[in-house]
Amino acid sequence: MDIHEYQAKEILSSFGVIIPRGGIVYSPENAENKAREIGGSKWVVKAQIHSGARGKAGGIIFCNTPLEVAQATDKLLGKKLVTNQTGPEGKIVNRIYIEEATDIEKELYLGLVFDRSSESIMVVASTEGGMSVEEISKEKPETIIRSKIEVAVGIQNFQARELAFGLGIDPELITRASNTIIGCAKAFSELDATMVEVNPLVISKQKQILALDCKMSFDNNAMFRRNKVSELRDKTQEDEKEIFASDRGLNYVSLDGNIGNIINGAGLAMASMDMIKLAGGQPANFLDVGGGATPEKIVKAFKLITMDEKVKVILVNIFAGINRCDWVAEGIVQALKKIEVKVPLVIRLAGTNAEKGNKILNESKINYIEANTLEDAANKAVAALNK
Amino acid sequence: MAIVIDKNSKILIQGFTGKMGTFHAEEMIKYGSNVVGGVTPGKGGQKHLDRPVFNTVKDAVQQTGATASILFVPPAFAADSAMEAADAGIKTCVAIVDGIPSHDMIRIKRYMRRYSKKEKMTLVGPNCAGIISPGKSMLGIMPGHIYKEGRVGIISRSGTLGYEAAQQLTNLNIGVSTSVGIGGDPINGSSFRDIIEKFETDDETDVILMIGEIGGPQEVAAGEFAKENMQKPVIGYIAGLTAPKGRVMGHAGAIVSAYGESAVEKVELLKECGVIISKNPSVMGDTVKSVLDSKK
Repeated sequence: MDIHEYQAKEILSSFGVIIPRGGIVYSPENAENKAREIGGSKWVVKAQIHSGARGKAGGIIFCNTPLEVAQATDKLLGKKLVTNQTGPEGKIVNRIYIEEATDIEKELYLGLVFDRSSESIMVVASTEGGMSVEEISKEKPETIIRSKIEVAVGIQNFQARELAFGLGIDPELITRASNTIIGCAKAFSELDATMVEVNPLVISKQKQILALDCKMSFDNNAMFRRNKVSELRDKTQEDEKEIFASDRGLNYVSLDGNIGNIINGAGLAMASMDMIKLAGGQPANFLDVGGGATPEKIVKAFKLITMDEKVKVILVNIFAGINRCDWVAEGIVQALKKIEVKVPLVIRLAGTNAEKGNKILNESKINYIEANTLEDAANKAVAALNK
Repeated sequence: MAIVIDKNSKILIQGFTGKMGTFHAEEMIKYGSNVVGGVTPGKGGQKHLDRPVFNTVKDAVQQTGATASILFVPPAFAADSAMEAADAGIKTCVAIVDGIPSHDMIRIKRYMRRYSKKEKMTLVGPNCAGIISPGKSMLGIMPGHIYKEGRVGIISRSGTLGYEAAQQLTNLNIGVSTSVGIGGDPINGSSFRDIIEKFETDDETDVILMIGEIGGPQEVAAGEFAKENMQKPVIGYIAGLTAPKGRVMGHAGAIVSAYGESAVEKVELLKECGVIISKNPSVMGDTVKSVLDSKK
């Protein structure tokens, strides 16, 4: 789960990380007042969407008067911002963060992620803040320093100190820099985060260490014990169909193609999509109805796929284990009584009682194309598209 | 004997009396697995499926001599149950459950560092289909009848894609020595490398089919291990050609976040290690067959 910049800042601030003064607003009037309340003579108006690279997309505006702050807020509210991370449909701006402008002396990069090889938390830092970590590792890999946190005991002071000195920070600022790193590491461990990124982490002309932009992601599997974090979910930043799916226990990812998929199991779903691509088609989605593929889930899956106007063919590929194909077939027949499918439908049933399942489909009145193997299913789906 | 489990392995069900535990315990018993009892805290002393229920894994191990267990407890309690099994002397534990937080998985693995290599439990999963040695024992939730007895070792992240492979092999009249589902989570108990190492020394396995997917370094780490240390051929397939970068594809671990984690890159890296690539998921069986034929 992702959260907004301002939410990440509030969290990190509670772990001792220093952030510029600021506040969240929902209207231009609100914004003007907030700018006065913050004080100073320069402000930054920041669109809150779940994406980085907002600056290049026009989502960050520098202002010199409270009136300008109001105007910038007016301009951004309700707008769809398209960044290189949002996809062409962009993300809607419903919240604006007003922040005092910072006199930047130096921009640094600080990130924490799970390292899957060492199965620990990895701190990554660089003197080249402001660029994405991918850009840094491509263009200035020699500036990257890393430190592994032993999860059982948490980050140690010396590790934070080493990182801070490694970034070339002045000795007088080392304690502050270390506290920032330690704060981020504690937030990561204590809140079941999967990613914390402060980019840039800046040294201001006033010799403060400030988190200027922050991103945090959390482990969906741990949300049952993180009530406060899960309340930060903003559904307006998620794909409508993906929300429909996640609320119904389906695993769904919206893609650009036109062959809709209903498959049980994530691996089989990815494999079926591979076959579609190799057959010359493009999948419209990833959809895993779960290993069990219960009739209820199949009904929901058909509902979801038919919501997507891009879909010109639907491919159902179920490998039934303990759940049996005859039972799955009955689920499909039931689903098609409730939901009208106007596009060609290719169905492949495999595993336990596949013949029985196919017989049920054959004897029902549903209009579909039967497929036998994974390859056959993909070929028939692509062929149906080209008819 | 087969790797990890055999016909005599005494099995405990953790979360025995729950719906999932009951259903799959029955399936395992039907398959012929030696289920000797189960654990549900607070229900010790009762009988379930004609087998004793214990309050703790320690009691169960002392009284039944169990060496293997399978977890059907909710994700919030799974880490605790896995550590309880390790502490009670269970040798093989399969965690079927999907949804264990990554921080908990790391905690389990750190906890298990207290045991010497000889004493350490093999944890398989979470978010997996479990283990089957066809004709011997099933410690999992797979449809046992699709597997034929034979000499191919399978390791798969995905459950259903593993079934697909087994079915393709069965259709070609090729059998399986053991199939291990290692699960789709980013941090898991046993890696591809851990399991192929076991297959290399298993005298019942001739070739290994490794079914991976996008995300993480494990498939390539296994390929590198195979290149340096293995005689037996390894066949690989990586799912997720069409997966966009940065999106989780169903499995929590199936996400491309760094170089070498996409399907195309993994395939290239595996080829460099000498792994034979099944070029698409519908020819996993055929690829194994051609390798077996060339060995004759």
